[in-house]
Amino acid sequence: MTQVAPGPAGPTAPAARGRFDADERGYFGDPALGWGGRFMPEALVAALDELTDAWHDAMADPGFVAEFEAVLRDYAGLPSPLYHAERLSRQVGARILLKREDLNHTGAHKIRNVLGQALLTKRMGKTRVIAETGAGQHGVASATAAAYFGLDCTVYMGAVDTRRQALNVARMHLLGAKVVAVESGSATLKDAINEALRDWVASVDHTAYLFGTAAGPHPFPSMVRDFTRGIGDEARAQCLEQYGVLPDAVAACVGGGSNAIGLFAAFLDDEDVEVWGFEAGGDGVDTPRHAATIVGGSSGVLHGARTFVLQDDDGQTRESHSISAGLDYPGVGPQHAHLAATGRATYEPVTDAEAMEAMALLSRTEGIIPAIETAHAVAGAIRVATRLAAEKGPDATVLISLSGRGDKDMGTAIEWFGLGQPDAAEGRP
Amino acid sequence: MTGSATGSAAAFARARAEGRAALVGYLPAGFPDVAGSVEALRTMVDAGCDVLEIGLPYSDPVMDGPTIQAAAQQALEGGTRTRDVLRVVEAAAETGTPTLVMTYWNPVERYGVERFAADLASAGGAGLITPDLTPDSAPEWIAAADDHGLDKVFLVSPSSTDARVAMTTAACRGFVYATAVMGVTGARATTSDLAAPLVARTHATTDLPVGVGLGVSTGDQAAEVGSFADGVIVGSAFVRALQDHPDDLPAGLAALRTLTEDLAGGVRRAVRTPQEPARA
Repeated sequence: MTQVAPGPAGPTAPAARGRFDADERGYFGDPALGWGGRFMPEALVAALDELTDAWHDAMADPGFVAEFEAVLRDYAGLPSPLYHAERLSRQVGARILLKREDLNHTGAHKIRNVLGQALLTKRMGKTRVIAETGAGQHGVASATAAAYFGLDCTVYMGAVDTRRQALNVARMHLLGAKVVAVESGSATLKDAINEALRDWVASVDHTAYLFGTAAGPHPFPSMVRDFTRGIGDEARAQCLEQYGVLPDAVAACVGGGSNAIGLFAAFLDDEDVEVWGFEAGGDGVDTPRHAATIVGGSSGVLHGARTFVLQDDDGQTRESHSISAGLDYPGVGPQHAHLAATGRATYEPVTDAEAMEAMALLSRTEGIIPAIETAHAVAGAIRVATRLAAEKGPDATVLISLSGRGDKDMGTAIEWFGLGQPDAAEGRP
Repeated sequence: MTGSATGSAAAFARARAEGRAALVGYLPAGFPDVAGSVEALRTMVDAGCDVLEIGLPYSDPVMDGPTIQAAAQQALEGGTRTRDVLRVVEAAAETGTPTLVMTYWNPVERYGVERFAADLASAGGAGLITPDLTPDSAPEWIAAADDHGLDKVFLVSPSSTDARVAMTTAACRGFVYATAVMGVTGARATTSDLAAPLVARTHATTDLPVGVGLGVSTGDQAAEVGSFADGVIVGSAFVRALQDHPDDLPAGLAALRTLTEDLAGGVRRAVRTPQEPARA
């Protein structure tokens, strides 16, 4: 672990623009390459400008920041603990620290982002929110935030996802949200985003779009990162407080990349801390069935930003695949594209099988059932930890964003592992 | 007014000389199939379209409503590729009617911006309409279009500030595309009361003609829009004429002809409100 002095680490303190941040037009890195930006219909430019101004004003307003921190603390249960997974650590041979975002209200890191955006919506005087969702976790979080702040809420969800995440659809209904099943295209997350954008074009005067990940047109990638960077700020401060040093590596799963960028943001200037993102490798990146956008995609424009995209030779978006609906997205946040291009972060795929194996491992060693998204991070982090342990011994430390809990994924787990039947007398091995 | 020999400006100028708005017709390439889309576009020209917009089918068409998205999806599932779109452009442009491609940006970026501009110009295409590319994000396209003398048609919206309208029209060549409603494409029962003020705001910044799109499906609506706009842009209604006859292209073409004639009649009977460009 790396010895450093504690740094400023308020959970939501707005950070000055650093070398990995976007410029005022939302471009990360070399403007000629132009990761990010805003490739959107003119009809939405005024709304995006309004949102950008409101977000800048809010983050510079101590009253807004204090209110955001209060709602995170009193309602969402933050800061989440940093937990030393001792049994898993012994098995791996290195120290594994888990940032327990699964313990947040609604069971995932997503609540940070939606509470921030919903609070901003109130500040802007809008009365309705829309959201897209894949696994349903962002939809549930958005419906929750809308209920908390008294906002109307409509959630767009691919029809395929509504079937595989029926429990979360029911949760959204109970919370008072309208859930629209999107049948167009591949009927998954990307199509839900398209439909939400169409709604927004027609309703921008009174509606805010609670974008679910650190992707999309400027300012969403930077704004969502700012609302989720508490993950990293808290983890960094907790690690220093509890261990007096920084971790050797931090790791997170990457679909659109909101939990990952929230974690990474706090460590990007800590040059000695390795930064790892793990994408959904599906059946393998050498097959057509994966969602490893950075590893297996190419530069393109999707949903308003230039980033890595899974696409064919004509620039048509390719259908992605992951066992985790939350990672099943053919794009990725543009700051991740920039971090990958600069080498500051390293991205690797984790297959469906590897993720499910990690899901079972964490469940049985620590009594923590992670979301399948999160299990990708666990699987990848074990690879990193095993290498670091060989290099540095058992004090080698890997900090994982445990981004969500696995309750919503039990249907998939039951099917994958063949669970749910009573064991024979001798018990399950 | 600027524009190449094949550019759209000449068609707008001809319509203006006749004291009317131009009729601009949209259809996705490859819908109902590649050959059928060529026949359909020729029918539209024959029945009175002054300018053609050929849609490049795209997997994630954020600005399109269900009618056009379904047509584009059918085209993609039928195997339509970017090179097929250029073939359709070539065939349509042979009619002598200015032919633009309406496309989301990623397929152009993927094809190669300079290569796309060169191939479009070689095919006789007049230029591009770019629904998800605003001029401030388009330096590469602007440069390529300028090199090849292609029209650059950017969109203005009711939500655009006056400054953005001015910035956008300054970057346009050929005409300016005014989206008349806050919403996606699709035929509507009534046209928008947002359109005329937007056209007036746009005219205040440019001598380019202004076409109004999104929602027009009848001759009467075309007459209404043609009273204040320089062009009436129709898309979903043309698509629907073909969709209503899914397995009978001749019947679809007949419906398309009838609709085009109705719309062409509409722009011709419009009572024009003087909308001379501010700087003409």
